[in-house]
Amino acid sequence: MQIFRTLCVGFLGLAAANLLAMPSVQAAGKTLEIVQKRGHLKCGVSQGLPGFSTPDNRGKWTGIDVDFCKAIAAAIFNDPSKVKFTPLSAKERFTAIQSGEVDIIARNTTWSMHRDTALGVDFPVINYYDGQGFMVRADLGVTSARELDGATLCTNQGTTTELNAADYFRSNGMQYEIVAFEKADESVAAYNSGRCDAYTTDHSALYAQKLKLSQPKAHIVLPEIISKEPLGPLVRQGDSSWNDLVRWTHYATVAAEEFGVTSKNLAKMKLSSNPSIRRLMGLDGSFGANLGLSKQWAVNIIRSVGNYGEIFERNVGVQTPLGIERGVNALWTKGGLHYAPPIR
Amino acid sequence: MQVLVLAAVLGAMVWLVGNVQSNLERQNINSGFGFLSERAGFGINQTLIAYTEDDSFGRVVVVGLLNTLLVSGLGIFFATLLGFSLGVARLSRNWLISKIAMVYIEIFRNVPLLLQIMFWYFGVLRNLPSPRQALSVGDAMFMSNRGIVLPWLEAGAGAMWYGVALLGLAAGFFWLRRRTLKAKLTTGHSTRFWRPLLVLALALFGAAALMAGVPFALDVPQLKGFNFRGGLTVIPEFVALLLALSLYTAAFIAEIVRAGINSVNKGQREAAAALGLPERVALRLVVLPQALRVIIPPLTSQYLNLTKNSSLAVAIAYPDIVSVLAGTTLSQVGQALEIIFVTMMIYLSLSLLTSWAMNRYNQRMAFVGNNT
Repeated sequence: MQIFRTLCVGFLGLAAANLLAMPSVQAAGKTLEIVQKRGHLKCGVSQGLPGFSTPDNRGKWTGIDVDFCKAIAAAIFNDPSKVKFTPLSAKERFTAIQSGEVDIIARNTTWSMHRDTALGVDFPVINYYDGQGFMVRADLGVTSARELDGATLCTNQGTTTELNAADYFRSNGMQYEIVAFEKADESVAAYNSGRCDAYTTDHSALYAQKLKLSQPKAHIVLPEIISKEPLGPLVRQGDSSWNDLVRWTHYATVAAEEFGVTSKNLAKMKLSSNPSIRRLMGLDGSFGANLGLSKQWAVNIIRSVGNYGEIFERNVGVQTPLGIERGVNALWTKGGLHYAPPIR
Repeated sequence: MQVLVLAAVLGAMVWLVGNVQSNLERQNINSGFGFLSERAGFGINQTLIAYTEDDSFGRVVVVGLLNTLLVSGLGIFFATLLGFSLGVARLSRNWLISKIAMVYIEIFRNVPLLLQIMFWYFGVLRNLPSPRQALSVGDAMFMSNRGIVLPWLEAGAGAMWYGVALLGLAAGFFWLRRRTLKAKLTTGHSTRFWRPLLVLALALFGAAALMAGVPFALDVPQLKGFNFRGGLTVIPEFVALLLALSLYTAAFIAEIVRAGINSVNKGQREAAAALGLPERVALRLVVLPQALRVIIPPLTSQYLNLTKNSSLAVAIAYPDIVSVLAGTTLSQVGQALEIIFVTMMIYLSLSLLTSWAMNRYNQRMAFVGNNT
């Protein structure tokens, strides 16, 4: 009996240690192979942020971040539906990617130096330029964030938001009280019921959460932007070819917008004599093969989700309930920040 | 054989730790506890000790731990008080009282705790007025959706002498109590207890007043801008969590108390009645001391549950240890293994400490019970 018990303990220890050893195998640089073998992409998204990643009334995930993962699935499998979405809270996300639970996280995550260098993750690219702002009740009579001295702020826990708010109020010599909730839904509910004077988070998310309030029109977003929030996908560190694939998936959509290639005019564009367009479409060169993909990789992406402009306008643009202008998220040719290196 | 088992377990543990470390290194993830001395940089809205954004993550741990201790300590106090009253009421011969207690118990122990916390927080918060229309008691105490604001004594220099006086009074209390008990056991007579205590209190605080004068000022809250400034603010998250934890756990304690009282032999009550003891006195002096022996072990579990359940605070943004350490700190630092480990160790120590104290109390009750 005693020997049996000893053996059991030994085996349990072995099993546990091996479980922990697993992720390091994945980190060795074979993410694409693993995804191809599995047959679908595992993508970590938010728990529900309109415009970025949220289930629609039929339970299907939609949003900019969701489209990002669909674009990768389209590039790999020529089928944007081969994605399994995992909703993650802000504090769960880094552990989920570190442990290999997901292949990529597209969860409106700010690229910061600490996260890039200390958490074993890489940020391949920025897919949305954002900044932190404040939302207040219109009848409060506040028109600037500078008037928020002594205010109570509701926000989400586990974000850069808490730190930015602390920095902003301190550097302006203002007092504040912060109430940080684990989930965005609860912080919005608390703000809605009057627990806080202001709700603070990324500007884009303010517009999105405003829609969830009982009277969206009774609230205003203040003009100040108090921080830089470059949002983008993140992957595990140590697999540069997977990093490349994610980065160029985004650049393909940006380049497509720059050259006027949309999901509607693909057939016509295939006849184009513009060498840049011909390379993007996989007619010249072997860019797809270098990523481990087919020649048609960019065409597959654009056919499934469209170019960056189409993705933006469909999810958060002026025609959507969020009604966000392109602003800094326009192409560099139109005064924005989105700029794709050349595909050549 | 046992040595072999121990060696195997230890070996497995060493291997596990080493494996985790090398894996973290290979994945370029920071490890170790160095982050505890780094600047935290975020605000916390209820701190029992001085705290600013410039303090370290180590201090954040202490702030969170104290918040957990505060809500669970007070929760245990109120749950015990309410639970014992309900348990006795449940056995009352008065039909109405007994049924009210029953309905209470069945409602509160059968609704999940998280829902109760949400109910007290969002349900009650929504109906409270904004600070500008706050309900007030004599323009000194205010209640609004920002919490309850009370006037508070602001301690100045010299307040320490009053602390010393208070400590002296506590020492005097215990010494006097021991003296009275000893006198009662040896001579059978009761000696004076309250009068010397009062004299001692007057002397001690008189001395403190002579040394330091009156270093206290009343800090009355005032509406300034968005919110009240000054006074003591009890945040709504704390009130909701304390209410939910106390009301929920009280229902379980009531059932434990009922079982304990029922376990005391009927003959004991009859004997007490035959001696002419009124029912209330019989309950206090005869039934409860015996019932306690049955009550204490499961009561300990309830105390442990309450402490652990206080981690549900995270749902309503009460800054307890889970919220500030396994929540905000975890996402700022990103070292899940270390932070979850520290959090688990804290809860484990709290629980072991609670059960150690309760076991000692239990031993004392059992000993007295067996000797009489």
